[in-house]
Amino acid sequence: MLRLFKKILTTGVVTEPAKAPRDEELEQLGIEIKKHIDRKFAGSIAIREVDAGSCNGCELEIHALNNPFHDIERFGIHFVASPRHADVLLVTGPVSRHMQTALLRTYEATPNPKWVIAAGDCAACGGEFGVSYACCGAVSNVIPVDMAIPGCPPTPLALMQGLLGLMRSQK
Amino acid sequence: MSYSNSSWKVDFLKRANEAGITVEQIHNGPASLWQIVGSDWQRFAELALQQNLRWAAGWAEQHQEWFLINACFEREGRYVLLRTRVHNPKPELPSQATVYPAASRSERHTQDMFGLNFVGHPDNRPWTRHKAWPKNSYPLRKDFPVQGEPEAVTPPDKDYPFVKAYGAGVYEIPVGPVHAGIIEPGHFRFQAVGETILNLEERLGYVHKGIEKIAEGRTPEQLARLAGRVSGDTTVGHCWAACMAMEQAADLSIPPRAALIRGILAERERVANHLGDMGAICNDVGFAFAQMQFTRLRELWLRCNAQLFGHRLLMDRIVPGGVACDVSGQAGIAIKRGIAQLKVELREILPALDLNSSLEDRLYTAGFLSEDTAAAFGALGFVGRASGQDFDVRRDAPYAPYDRLTVKVPVETQGDIASRFWVRHKEINVALKLIGEFIDLLPPGDLRSDWKMPAAGREGLGIVEGWRGEIITYVRFDAGNTIARFYPRDPSLLNWPVLEKLVLDNIVPDFPVCNKSVNGSYSGNDL
Repeated sequence: MLRLFKKILTTGVVTEPAKAPRDEELEQLGIEIKKHIDRKFAGSIAIREVDAGSCNGCELEIHALNNPFHDIERFGIHFVASPRHADVLLVTGPVSRHMQTALLRTYEATPNPKWVIAAGDCAACGGEFGVSYACCGAVSNVIPVDMAIPGCPPTPLALMQGLLGLMRSQK
Repeated sequence: MSYSNSSWKVDFLKRANEAGITVEQIHNGPASLWQIVGSDWQRFAELALQQNLRWAAGWAEQHQEWFLINACFEREGRYVLLRTRVHNPKPELPSQATVYPAASRSERHTQDMFGLNFVGHPDNRPWTRHKAWPKNSYPLRKDFPVQGEPEAVTPPDKDYPFVKAYGAGVYEIPVGPVHAGIIEPGHFRFQAVGETILNLEERLGYVHKGIEKIAEGRTPEQLARLAGRVSGDTTVGHCWAACMAMEQAADLSIPPRAALIRGILAERERVANHLGDMGAICNDVGFAFAQMQFTRLRELWLRCNAQLFGHRLLMDRIVPGGVACDVSGQAGIAIKRGIAQLKVELREILPALDLNSSLEDRLYTAGFLSEDTAAAFGALGFVGRASGQDFDVRRDAPYAPYDRLTVKVPVETQGDIASRFWVRHKEINVALKLIGEFIDLLPPGDLRSDWKMPAAGREGLGIVEGWRGEIITYVRFDAGNTIARFYPRDPSLLNWPVLEKLVLDNIVPDFPVCNKSVNGSYSGNDL
């Protein structure tokens, strides 16, 4: 137990840029996101992530939003387990046809007002997979999309930028 | 390079002959290509099992009126590619799944995609096909257009006949395809009594993207990009296997510098994924300290990737003929500095975990996979190696650059979640050592060989040790430098079925940690 506490204490707070001002951009961005969230959702926004056929690359980077460097929850943005708790659906993948109904049902289950973000090239435009017997292509071919974040996969920074973009477009 | 039949192959051919199975030896490449008649397909498998061959992969391809069916076997690091031909319009073949459970889902996939009937298959339900295409049409046949004829909205596959359990107090829990976490989609059907899992059935195929179909007609560069997206966490592994297969087909050797850089990339991918998994395993039993520490280390590692290689996950760094990135002397120093730093951190964190009794309580004995079950299902990578399966392509069938040095392969027989955790840790140490050695070996020279267009019909088999285990990728070329057939066999195909076994008699709330300890790829499985 002592080792554990020692490691926690010696690691300190790595969340940027409180200790590391190099990624100042990130903090700027986060603060701006929070301002917009405050206006729309009283300080908090709940995101339900839906993998609709992604290769899992986007999921890895979305995970990284929750690591101690990015710690996206400090801005009031958190990931929830059910679409019924969500304000935003963050959808990845070229919508495999086998996931089409599941995505539609998830969309239906999300209460209004809701926003949809298509994250990654596949979700934004079909990416490497496009439209085929197995894929519907871009998420916007299946449900209304408010915002697309390109990238293969988008970096955590790009994902935060995308969230900001969504808030702006809602003004 | 010359290849000859190693001792077990000579002996095996003799036994096959005695059993009345005529084996036509087509060639002895890195994998010997043997052809038999279709009626001997199952009997060959019986002999293979008796002779301790491991069933490793299976796929088909269409040539006009004929189907070629392939099965890949391995023993002592030597591979055999077994092939037979069956004729359309009523293609059928005796099933090997009756002999090798590992072949079951692969044969079901081939049935769904080609309409080949495996006679006597113990489980003839569809696997990859849900409702995106009709029952009697087969996407990988040449007359099936890549666009298909999909409905506006593909209906859910709600009539799949799951195994049922009856009895007082038995209940069923359906989970997915959309899960609670940020993970890939798939369906799990539990039968439970109280908290104890009586049976688990996986229903995958939700992220089927038609990868094999849309690969057809691509150029080598385009195929490498697609292969890098078979499973995003294994982008280096799959891209390497596909490029190796294409280079074999084109009879192209890559510069030694490129091979070493590929090795560095693959080991960096292994370390990044193992770090993520070790944190996530602890997180699934509510131990946030480890999750925070390991995600921090992973982020540092990925930032180093972005800085030195231009991509956090290392996508598209491997290209046909070589690599698209270099490791300068300065970069080599930076990588070594990162390794030294990671080692110091791990030395501080791991004792804190090892001595934590609440973590021990949850990880030891949970999710036990016996050596026998692991062997029967051909479990690969750290899942197999935590259950006594002493196999690693890098050591047992070494390819450049691993053929230049010794690869230590950690093996345990404990078979539980803790073992899969600690095997990952040992593999990180091995990988860190390898990266350092590769950097020291880096000679000056080219990063890429000029591509040579392979003749129509040329084929190649790329076999590499991805971070999850052995990846087998088959490629055949058409005329004009285009791909006729691409089949990547992700290790997850063989590791998913063992998850159904290792959760038995565990409690339902332990399923997430059991699942994470295996961490199969949904995308790599569904293709």
